[in-house]
This record gives sequence, C-alpha cells and structure tokens, in this order.
Amino acid sequence: MLAIETWDLRYSYPAKGKSKEVQALKGINLLVSEGEIFGFLGPNGSGKTTLFKILSTLVAPPSGSASIFEHDLRTDADEARKLIGVVFQHPSLDKKLTVTENLRHHGNLYGMDGDSLKKNITRQLEVFGLADRRDEYVETLSGGLRRRVELAKALLTSPKLLILDEPSTGLDPSARRELWDAIVGLKKSAGLTVVVTTHLGDEGDRCDSLVIMNEGRVMSAGSPAKLKSLIGGDVIAIHCDAPEDLSEKIRDKFGAAPSVVAGAVRIELARGHEFIPKVVEAFPGQVRAVTLGKPALEDVFIRLTGKTLGSAELGRADG
Amino acid sequence: MDRLLLASVSLWRREMVRFYRDKPRVIGGLVPPVIFWIFIGSGLKGSFHMGGLDYSQYFYPGTLVLIFLFTAVFSTMTVIEDRKEGFLQSVLVSPAPRSAVVIGKLFGGASLAFMQGLPFLAAAPLVGIELHPDTLMLSLLVLFGVAFSLSGIGFVLAWVIDSTQGFHAVMNMGLVPLWLVSGALFPLSNLPGWLDVIVKINPLTYCVAALQWEFFPQNTGAGLPPFWICAVVIALFCAVTFALAVWVTGRGRDQHV
Repeated sequence: MLAIETWDLRYSYPAKGKSKEVQALKGINLLVSEGEIFGFLGPNGSGKTTLFKILSTLVAPPSGSASIFEHDLRTDADEARKLIGVVFQHPSLDKKLTVTENLRHHGNLYGMDGDSLKKNITRQLEVFGLADRRDEYVETLSGGLRRRVELAKALLTSPKLLILDEPSTGLDPSARRELWDAIVGLKKSAGLTVVVTTHLGDEGDRCDSLVIMNEGRVMSAGSPAKLKSLIGGDVIAIHCDAPEDLSEKIRDKFGAAPSVVAGAVRIELARGHEFIPKVVEAFPGQVRAVTLGKPALEDVFIRLTGKTLGSAELGRADG
Repeated sequence: MDRLLLASVSLWRREMVRFYRDKPRVIGGLVPPVIFWIFIGSGLKGSFHMGGLDYSQYFYPGTLVLIFLFTAVFSTMTVIEDRKEGFLQSVLVSPAPRSAVVIGKLFGGASLAFMQGLPFLAAAPLVGIELHPDTLMLSLLVLFGVAFSLSGIGFVLAWVIDSTQGFHAVMNMGLVPLWLVSGALFPLSNLPGWLDVIVKINPLTYCVAALQWEFFPQNTGAGLPPFWICAVVIALFCAVTFALAVWVTGRGRDQHV
C-alpha cells in the first residue's frame, strides 16, 4: 500500500500587501511507499513546509488530491489522523508540564487512557532513554532532550507514518546525529514510514528516496545515489576575489562550463584533481582556495536551480 | 470514556495545572477589581443612595463581574501562546474533535474565574449582603454563565488576534467599556437615549442585573430587566459564544495557518 499519494496538489494564498496570490505549491505529484524514509529537500520558500501542513492534516488540500494510506485528506482526514505521528518544527510540548504529563495529554487526545496508556508511556520513555526524566518539567530539558520527548510523543500512539518538519532545527551536530539514528532505527524496527522536510543536503543523504523542491515544484526525485548521478565526476569550487571574471577566463581558456554560485566559481567535470593545478598555474594570485569533492545533494540542487540550498529568499519563512 | 469528553477533560486539566504553576496569575485577575471596589466604593459612599444600599453594596455585583471578566478573558489569552508554539497545532492534527479544544479552554477559563471570584463572593456578608442557600445557588449558576461566555469571547478574540499586545488593546477598548455601561457602576434609570440603547444590547447588562436580583431583591432600581430575561440572555450569550468559538477553530483548516 502507498503511504502517501498526491496528485496535482496546488496551494496558493493571498500575499500581504500584494494583489497577486503566492503560489506555494504548483502541482505536486508524490508516491511514497510504505516503510521508507522519504525526504523533501529544498530551501525556505520551496513549498516543503506547505506540503508538510497539508500532509499533517493541518490544512485541507484546496486543489488536487492527497491521501494517506488511502484516506483522502479532504474528506477523511480524521481516519488519516489516527495513523500519523507529527513532529513540528516549533516545539509542541507544553513547557510548564512534565514529560509524563505531556505524553498523557497527547494519549488522551488520541483516545488512549488508563493502564494501557500508562504502560505505553513507560515503554516510550524507556525506548528514548527518558525514564529518569519523566517527572521533570519540559522547560528544564536541553534542546536535544526536548526533541527526543517530541519524538516519543509522536510515536506514543503507534502511528504507521511519522511526519517531521525540519526536525533538526536548533540541534547541535551530535543531537542531530542521535535524532537521525533514532529515525533510521524506527524504520527498521517498527516498519515505520517516515517523511521529513529538510534544507540540509546531508539529511537528504539519510533518506531512502527524496524529492528536490524549488519554488513550489518538484525538480527531481529518486534515491540520493540516483540524484547524485545526475552530476558526472567531481565538483570543484574555486574561491577568489572576482568570481565572474575568473569564470569567464576559465571558460575561454579551458572550454569548461563554470558557473558562479554563492561567490565561488563552480565546475563539474571528471578527473577534477588533474584540472586544479592547471587552473591555479594559469591564474597566479587569483585563487584563494579550492575544494574538490564528489557530488553532494547540494550540488544536485545547484545544478537544478542555479542556487544553493542556503540561499533561501528571506521573508518567506513559511516555505 | 467518550472521545470528546476525554480530550476535553485533558485540555481542561492542562489549564488547571498551568494556572497552579504560574503563581503570579493567581492574584493578577483578582486584585485590580477589588482595589477598584475599595476605592470607588468608599469614595462614592457619601453621595450615592438607592433604597437601602450604599455604594460599596451597589458596586459589589459589578465588581464580581469585572473579576470574572478579567480572569476568564485573560485565561484564554494562552490561546495566542499555544498557537505560536506548536502546542495547538499538535492538538489540531490529532483525531480529537476541535470542539474539545473549545470545551477544554472555556471550562478551563470558567473554572479559573470561579477560583478567583469565589473568595470575593464569600466576603459578601461582610458588607451586609446576605446570601441564602437558594440565592447562592442561582448566583453561582449565573456566574458560571458569565464566566463561560466571557471565556468564549476571549477565546474567539485570542484565536483571531495574533499578539498579546493586540489582545490587551481589544480588552481595554472593547470589553472594559462594555462593563462600564452594564449597570455595574450606575443604575440604569434615567439614562440618555443613546446610552440606554447601548445598555440594552450589552450582554453584560444582563449579567450584572441577574446578580443584582439575587443580591438585593428588595432594592433593585428602576430600569432593571426582569430576572427571567437576564437568564435567557445569559444562556443565549453562552450558546452563541460557544458556537462562535467552535466555528472559528474549524475555519483554520481551509486557510493558511
């Protein structure tokens, strides 16, 4: 069974102070299989958060269709809700309540109560290593621990699909790694389907498949390896003081196809290590630093859109 | 247990726990009205006479309504906070009916208003207002209606307004003036025509009037609407604000939230 299916999903909303509507989604078709980790990779403003809001049932799909385990999100959202666990980008825990109180409240909302709820809470707290924190107020916990409570809360109701919006926001690298280890572990142990939005290429790498999104459209889809194979060979980035100028000179002299992205000259080509000394010798004094790498998802994004994942348009924070 | 009830009780309990843990709030809604009552009541004592009532007695039911107004409406201000944090979103994507959110908050607001208003009500005999068991029961019922409907108004406002500053502004410019012209401060007889109209369409008028009927049945001034009308208006006020609150929560799903 498909965990998620959307067809020609569109979403627009009136922009503040402008007569034209903002088109946040411009026709999204998605097929997410059961049991996979599926990522939406894109910068702020790419539409991934709007997509998250629709899939988490916060917003009804206005045009096109979306269903979760064959429950249509427009007509049958309540059935879908029972099958979804949601982790929001903003903390959804009540800071003035203890860890246990938060989980109990959450269980109550899903119709769980009594001894079975108690047992479930205890089990979740053990799974996430929170047993000794159970009676602490959430406001006293660190960011990493809070995320773990969020995850424990979302999984308390034994969902078949876990949806996370930028789950590593505000986490330090080790807490991020821990979170992803937990997500991958859950997929393996519980057969959970996981959908995650992110603007970080390395998080995309941990997905089984992903879509690259930009300005409300899906630019490309597939496994990380397949997406990276769009770029042959290596990726060279040359940092210099006048990237436009240098880019032109490299094109003239070597016939390569450089581009300027985020203030650096970027060249995709095979056997990059042989090319670097030639460039450095040809333009003495102009090169400040050179990096050589295998293509990353960020490079795929740059290839598809001409901009970096971090170059989000500010002011469209809801992307 | 029924799903709606379970979710509503859980949300109500959260309001109670939060209130208990947020100590300054415990006195915040109670103290200002009591100070008004002491100062204004004492200040006008010499110049006000209505039947056998002095001003601190006359002003008593109005002060109670003000305490309920402050506490009930301010308790729903947490809706703004809940919307900004992910808490409310997390409730909205759960299978719990949206009316559970409203019921939990409104009964929460009403309970908090009661907890803060009751000590003042208990002090009534000290100023010579006698409460018999039957009038006390009716007064409590009226006060519940007042607390519930005012929480409903607060809920709707908090849902629509996205800043606490804006909420305070509406409270001070909209609700407090309504209270001023509810008969809480002055009797409703011999008012200029325009004011009389405002008084008559103001639901708070009927809240204050119902309490005046209970507190001093012998001394109600001219122009007070009959008790049964007050009861009907308060019941309608509850129903309308509740319906409005449920409607406003359902509206969000078709919008960009």
